[in-house]
Amino acid sequence: MPTFVYMASCDGCGHCVDICPSDIMHIDTTYRRAVNIEPNMCWECYSCVKACPQNAIDVRGYADFAPLGHSVRVLREEAKGTISWRLKFRDGREKNFVSPIRTTPWGSIKSASDYDVPSRDALMSQELAHEPLALNIERLPALKRSQLVQGIL
Amino acid sequence: MGLFSRRKTIFVDSDILVIGGGMAGCGATYESRYWGRDLKIVCVEKANIERSGAVAQGLYAINCYMGMQWDENQPEDHVRYARNDLMGLVREDLGYDIARHVDSSVHKFEEWGLPIMKDPETGRYVREGKWQIMIHGESYKPIVAEAARKAATEVYNRIMITHLLMDKTKPNRVAGAVGFNVRDGNFYVFRAKAVIVCAGGASHIFKPRAVGEGMGRTWYAPWSSASAYALPILAGAKMTQMENRIVLTRFKDGYGPVGAYFLHLKTYTQNAYGEDYEPKWYDSLKEIVGDYVDRHPVPTCLRNHALLEEVKAGRGPIRMVTKEAFQDPHKETVGWENFLGMTIGQAVVWASQNIDPKETNPELTTSEPYVMGSHATCSGAWASGPEDYAPDEYQWGYNRMMTIDGLFGAGDTIGGTAHKFSSGSFTEGRIAAKAAVKYITDLGNEQPEVSEAEYEDLKKVIFQPLDTYAVGRNEIVGGTVSPSYLLPIHGLQRLEKIMDEYVGGISAHYTTNQPLLDRGLELLTMLKEDLAFLGAEDLHQLQRAWELQHRVLASECVTHHTMYRKETRWPGYYYRADHPKLDDTDWHCFTLSRYDKESGSWDMEKAPVYHIVD
Repeated sequence: MPTFVYMASCDGCGHCVDICPSDIMHIDTTYRRAVNIEPNMCWECYSCVKACPQNAIDVRGYADFAPLGHSVRVLREEAKGTISWRLKFRDGREKNFVSPIRTTPWGSIKSASDYDVPSRDALMSQELAHEPLALNIERLPALKRSQLVQGIL
Repeated sequence: MGLFSRRKTIFVDSDILVIGGGMAGCGATYESRYWGRDLKIVCVEKANIERSGAVAQGLYAINCYMGMQWDENQPEDHVRYARNDLMGLVREDLGYDIARHVDSSVHKFEEWGLPIMKDPETGRYVREGKWQIMIHGESYKPIVAEAARKAATEVYNRIMITHLLMDKTKPNRVAGAVGFNVRDGNFYVFRAKAVIVCAGGASHIFKPRAVGEGMGRTWYAPWSSASAYALPILAGAKMTQMENRIVLTRFKDGYGPVGAYFLHLKTYTQNAYGEDYEPKWYDSLKEIVGDYVDRHPVPTCLRNHALLEEVKAGRGPIRMVTKEAFQDPHKETVGWENFLGMTIGQAVVWASQNIDPKETNPELTTSEPYVMGSHATCSGAWASGPEDYAPDEYQWGYNRMMTIDGLFGAGDTIGGTAHKFSSGSFTEGRIAAKAAVKYITDLGNEQPEVSEAEYEDLKKVIFQPLDTYAVGRNEIVGGTVSPSYLLPIHGLQRLEKIMDEYVGGISAHYTTNQPLLDRGLELLTMLKEDLAFLGAEDLHQLQRAWELQHRVLASECVTHHTMYRKETRWPGYYYRADHPKLDDTDWHCFTLSRYDKESGSWDMEKAPVYHIVD
């Protein structure tokens, strides 16, 4: 579906251009507003829709198989940690859903460099960062070479 | 260079260069920093790591989690599962390695803030199936990207990497990579002691079912443009199992996932007349694959086979029976949120066609084939195994190092390790990164050297489509038809048509044979020649041009592998009509290829398969 942008709402801020994984949201040079320049390379991932501060971007289902009259709108609220969806069917029925998106404050992840510096022995071991502790088991499992045999089972 | 004379060449030096900032790349970046505190770690991404890769729009499940802390599964169990699903052929050493580490990655995701659903009574993660846990994963990628950004010395977004650079004096030693900034057009030369390729697999190499505006609604992301394969192939790395393309049974048109529906909601399939069709095709499958048909769970490809045959017999459409399950409001919510969390397009399709699964059993279909290394398939580069137990044939130094010195990989890039999914790809990135830090530590002060002649030559090649377009455009009044250039979309559609008709796509019912493959290669060769005449109107189209180059090279590799393996190993994924049966006598092995870019030739060989005893 491609996404499209409402002329009256877009202020050309470029958040959608910055986030689009497919590089298809661009700023139109005449109107100084965003436009989907390549609808057939749109995955309907809604990254741009979620990122738009003006709620100026919406989606109209792919013309080759989606009849008109539907809508799937989204509101992603980082501060609240939720995402809310409103689906409208072609025949007017509606469905609403709300889900959590994150359980910790944005920006709160402890950096990999904030942990104690690992020892040389740890570097030479098979354990990855935070193991075995983060596995919640006593030790990292391992195979023996003799357990692997060539051929057809 | 008159038109673009303001283009700068920017040099970026690093110890570790991570190419691609998806799940694998974020894992690699995080782990590189943990072990390499003083190292310069650079992550380069063609989009924006906040929302890039296959997990850009989110996920509703993590499909690879052992649950060792609750003794739910052990790594051996996962190896047996993946081996069974891939009809006997996986790198069990690599698969075990991911499985033994993956729980620690998932536990970190939870600590970082990913909402994982839990059973209120037991406190355990809610299982969707034996290997899957359920999450509210709309922000899965932004969360993981936050960890990667904090770990990286620098993240370069919007740079498309086109080629790896090799050392000036050692022909089999990687030294960096080149690419261009899709916003300002600057040329980037990355020099690095170790490179970890974490780029994406391949959508859009076979013709998709959607034909118009909807062609972007492929199951795998349209931005997965085969860089995972083209970069190592061009550098001369050995590749494995590239014939093992995947076909997905999914909800029609939107390719909405079926995992939660089958496993959690307990919905099931039937043909147009309400019949359970899978048992009908048991005998025909047994003819092809022998005893593999009796394995449990039934391998993904074999389930596809039954659906395909039923449709060919004229008893489609195949439907998912949802009406019963969706009477339960909790299950109804799970069913919808499943899509909204990871395949919003399916919700759009259902809303537009008035399909409420409470009242209508929705249609299923099989997708066009994709090439990837992280789902129920295992195409990718041939990599060294873990130091502590990998057999000698799988072991040449550092874990996840390819057959090129200093070149590592993870995620879609590494072959032989099916069923890693998001968590396993992230974990494999961590494994590769730790090995890369060891590699650099052992290296001491040795620094690879890039060749100026090499990157200057590449610079001309990379930007040529802009000049080709600028010159050719003046010849014609307007429009898209030029005698002097092809647009990237033209080349893409030709590629998709060739692969579809000759290498086993949807319109050939996933079937091919030697004469078809021979003809396909002839046409691919002409397409490769024509790529010299690609025209790009702007930097966005230049990105499309290089995505196409990567797809074409990967497709050529897929075709050679398909030709080499003279059996039908994965019916339901593809069929060699001239070798219609699984043949364990001659083909219980991995297929390996190596591309020689000077001669354009492909060397093929077999490699042995090692199994865990029992």
